[in-house]
Amino acid sequence: MDHLHVATRKGLFRFDRRGTGWVLAGQPAFLAEPVSAMLDDPRDGTLYAALHHGHFGCKLHRSDDRGATWRELPTPAYPKSDAPDAKALFMIWTLVPGGADQPGTIWAGTIPGGLFRSDDRGESWVLNEALWNQPSRPGWFGGGYDDAGIHSILVDPADSATMLVGISCAGTWLTHDGGASWQVVGKGMMAEYLPPERADDPVGQDPHLLQACAADPARVWCQHHCGIYVSSDRGHTFTEIKEAGPSTFGFAVAAHPTQADTAWFAPAVKDASRVPVDGKLVVTRTDDGGRTFRTLSRGLPELSYDLIYRHALVCDATGTALAMGSTTGNLWTSDDGGESWTQLHANLPPIAQVAFA
Amino acid sequence: MATIRFTANLSKHRDTPVITAAGTNVRAVIDEGLAADPLLKSYVLDEQGRLRKHVNIFVDGQMIADRAGLSDPVDPEAELYVMQALSGG
Repeated sequence: MDHLHVATRKGLFRFDRRGTGWVLAGQPAFLAEPVSAMLDDPRDGTLYAALHHGHFGCKLHRSDDRGATWRELPTPAYPKSDAPDAKALFMIWTLVPGGADQPGTIWAGTIPGGLFRSDDRGESWVLNEALWNQPSRPGWFGGGYDDAGIHSILVDPADSATMLVGISCAGTWLTHDGGASWQVVGKGMMAEYLPPERADDPVGQDPHLLQACAADPARVWCQHHCGIYVSSDRGHTFTEIKEAGPSTFGFAVAAHPTQADTAWFAPAVKDASRVPVDGKLVVTRTDDGGRTFRTLSRGLPELSYDLIYRHALVCDATGTALAMGSTTGNLWTSDDGGESWTQLHANLPPIAQVAFA
Repeated sequence: MATIRFTANLSKHRDTPVITAAGTNVRAVIDEGLAADPLLKSYVLDEQGRLRKHVNIFVDGQMIADRAGLSDPVDPEAELYVMQALSGG
């Protein structure tokens, strides 16, 4: 893949492949503005960027010419209400294309807890009311932010009406009818931060990120607040993986696109100490469905305070190239499945997302 | 007619011309003055019509009190300034 997009606290950067390496493609878009999510739509090459202005709210921009020019679009909006605590858009956390059979359809996961759909390339947005109106929603709570948020939207490549959604903190939700109805799944997850009698409540879970194998979407990986989980039944049930290198805490997971038993994680000490274990940044990789992990560190720093956010560890469509960005603005790539890493940049702003295209 | 002026910090995101609009309170003036550019309005108010947390509006030098309802009165020749708060960001 020829492009690597990097969404940061101070702009949207792009690197282009040159031979065996990557080069920075000029000045970033939206210099000095926080970019909370981006999408390079593989169906039509359209770029989308969600901004998270500190003063002026969330904004959404689209480029129809590969980033040469951008045009502002309306953002998703919550239902009108006169209630003093009426919900309003706080952040667009993820932007995801609909299925190959749904040209122009885009999904947005937002804080507070919204799933929005656009069928016109972001020109207008509709809240998924079936999920928003779940009786459990008043009990959803924030994970890292004041309100719950949707960060994972997995559209089944073979059936775009089937989607899995991950919410921090409201667990894992499945639809088979394009979002007309939802069921909470994720049996087997355990939330240590809840009272013991509530620990297995599927709606109380904090799945930091869900990722599925594109060729086998029944295989779902979850980096959860309390550990690593794997599912073989599309998220209905999960099994905890108790050993995975230095730690099972983290935010990111990358799933191999064709090898269902392969995934990568970026461990940190634990929830209250979000730094690499012993100061050594590593990536862990399993090739046997989570039974065993290898710890990969070649090219990664020996002393580091980097944390990898949930959307900042990805692999490409071949499962060979990986990219990883950190909260301290380091960016690495690997062309050998994570065995070795090359530092592309050491001085970027904090990185929210990396994306191959 | 009341006049609406914007902080220069907003002009890097949207065109922010000096706008004139009629109305007896902040809500009416903002609604009329920003009707032609709903995206500009979205930088000032959230989708519930409340003043954004880190934005202020001053009417003839006085910061408005009703950030949710925008009911503060506006004289016919008033000057409204949409400012960026020093909080947030």
